[in-house]
Amino acid sequence: MADKIIDLVHISKSFSGKKVLDDINLYVNKGEFITLLGPSGCGKTTLLRIIAGFCKPDDGCVIMDGSDISDLPPHKRPLNTVFQRYALFPHLDVYENIAFGLKLAKVPADEIEKKVKKVLKMVSMTDYEDRDVNSLSGGQQQRVAIARALVNEPKVLLLDEPLAALDLKMRKDMQIELKEMHKKLGITFIYVTHDQEEALTLSDTICVLNGGKIQQIGTPTDIYNEPCNSFVADFIGESNIVNGTMVEDRKVSFIGHEFECVDEGFGCDVPVDVVIRPEDIYIMNRTDAAQFTGVVKSCTFKGVHYEIFIDTDNGFEMMIQDYNAFEVGSTVGLIIKPQDIQVMKKERLANVFSGTITSETTVEMLGGEFEIPATTLENGTEVEVEVPFGAIDLQDHSDDGNVGGEVSFLLYKGDHYHLTVVADNDENVYVDTNDVWDKGDLVGIKIDPKDIVIRKKDE
Amino acid sequence: MKKFISQAYLWLLLILLYAPLIFIAIFSFTESKVLGNWTGFSTKLYENLVTGGVQGGGALLRAIENTLLIALVAALFSMVLGTIAAIGIYNLKGRKKQAVQFLNNIPMINPDIITGVSLFLLFIFLHITQGYTSVILAHITFCTPYVVLSVLPKLSQMNPNIYEAALDLGATPFQALRKVLVPELRPGMISGFILAFTMSLDDFAVTFFTRGTIGLETLSTYIYADARKGGLTPELRPLMTIIFAVILILLVVIGFTQKKSATRKNPEA
Repeated sequence: MADKIIDLVHISKSFSGKKVLDDINLYVNKGEFITLLGPSGCGKTTLLRIIAGFCKPDDGCVIMDGSDISDLPPHKRPLNTVFQRYALFPHLDVYENIAFGLKLAKVPADEIEKKVKKVLKMVSMTDYEDRDVNSLSGGQQQRVAIARALVNEPKVLLLDEPLAALDLKMRKDMQIELKEMHKKLGITFIYVTHDQEEALTLSDTICVLNGGKIQQIGTPTDIYNEPCNSFVADFIGESNIVNGTMVEDRKVSFIGHEFECVDEGFGCDVPVDVVIRPEDIYIMNRTDAAQFTGVVKSCTFKGVHYEIFIDTDNGFEMMIQDYNAFEVGSTVGLIIKPQDIQVMKKERLANVFSGTITSETTVEMLGGEFEIPATTLENGTEVEVEVPFGAIDLQDHSDDGNVGGEVSFLLYKGDHYHLTVVADNDENVYVDTNDVWDKGDLVGIKIDPKDIVIRKKDE
Repeated sequence: MKKFISQAYLWLLLILLYAPLIFIAIFSFTESKVLGNWTGFSTKLYENLVTGGVQGGGALLRAIENTLLIALVAALFSMVLGTIAAIGIYNLKGRKKQAVQFLNNIPMINPDIITGVSLFLLFIFLHITQGYTSVILAHITFCTPYVVLSVLPKLSQMNPNIYEAALDLGATPFQALRKVLVPELRPGMISGFILAFTMSLDDFAVTFFTRGTIGLETLSTYIYADARKGGLTPELRPLMTIIFAVILILLVVIGFTQKKSATRKNPEA
């Protein structure tokens, strides 16, 4: 397992000033099935295109089998790609499409025929050689695209959301087939998808990307059971994410109760994020042995399980999945076991912006001017401005705030929302609010002067 | 009744549009020297045209030869240049793309007379011999935008990944262009070629200003000179009829290839 086949070292890439990939370091082992997972716009496709050679990184290098291939053009790289929209050659039939690479490599005709037949059999498309590719269904076209890549026996197969255009049933079937192909061929697969379920099903290793940065790398079970931050926890599967405090080793307090857990080494009274998967909360009608209680708000049948929303005794909303139904309005007892509590260090405790003093009562930051408590610092002093998440006031119209912004990420924390707002100058502003916003909402950002703390920047 | 009126209007419009052409075509089948006199059906003018029994026949034949030669060379060069330009424009982004597309459209709207005079001045300035070279260069200049215009839609219909797919499978950029891009763009290139060919064929103003003084005549300049000398040579009537028929056939071919490629894209339709 130990052999690295691809090593990405300090890869960065910007498109017209916007950073799409920010210092990516990632290696892929020989024979591994690795998935680059993330929401749209996270840079996963760009990363794949850099590996394939269609796109040059601004910084960093791509190492394959020990040699730097960063400057190698795509046609000289020993890897093949399966494209999102198949990208079959419409003027060639199935046979000619698959034989394209072999013909260029000057493989003898009889050998080409043997290889094409073999690969067609593998993707269960025997007898389709003479068909016009435009007459094939989406699934069949995708099989031809996979065959066209595999017939060249690449060392690494790159797949760019290959199943995104297929319907659900077809997608599930193809997932199983891809997994089997991978096992049989022993080729390294690098797979790009935004579908977390697909990633969990297929991969040996998942690399979660967001905002051009790697969030977490690990096996599907690691990523699911021990997400390292609230983004991963929220993106992979369903989860309850709440604010908590690590009281001491193996003891954490959240939703107004203290729980035993298995985490150590955070220190005493440290704020943390706590993740609990909805299937890990035990729910019962008796309340005497429960750690805390709640009132059932809704109970929806989801096929295998029921999805139940409860309000806890201290006013937090939690999602629970259980095989039994519970009556809406009834009081239930709830238990969370220590090993099911995932504690994560908080990424940040307050907003910290850099700014410049412009007068006794104003500071310039986030591309606008904000009022501050009277200061004795001179005009033009560089300062750090600290603003708590809860102190930021979002307005319906971007003109109503000191600066405008766009809501880019929402996280429900049980009793409030934690929003990431991208201000007009591209800086992130984190906001705690009880109001309901949607992703993509344009907002105005206002801050009450009394909540602002100004510190002179260390020289 | 309403339907009858709209139908009648349509037919009247078509007749008015095509009357001159039909007029010439009909009178190409009579021997009369004066246009408008019907002296009975005859194919003698066609025979004269083929056997060369036309007054000043050698000059006419040379003019036809020149016209076809110039049109062919100009259309071929325009096809290659226009296709390359279209690929370049397609790969541009945003404002730059719009600007270049706009610049491409200007020569098409620009009056021929201005194109002709400005090219004439440019050739003198650059000391380019006036004759075949200058006429062909001039024709390439005004034909290329039409090729760009007919290739661009084919590019945007194309799956943008197929060029990359070819590179991915081991094709050099040139092989990818030849084996994947060109076959995909061929219908657009062919219709661009035909368009360029017909534009070159019937050009008068630009040719007139750029042909120099070596006595180079194309069909249009020959007919112009001939008509000024004292009446149109009767054999030009069948010639025009033939040219019209050929262009009609070419247009039908363009329409047919476009329709064919459209149905191939959506087999269900």
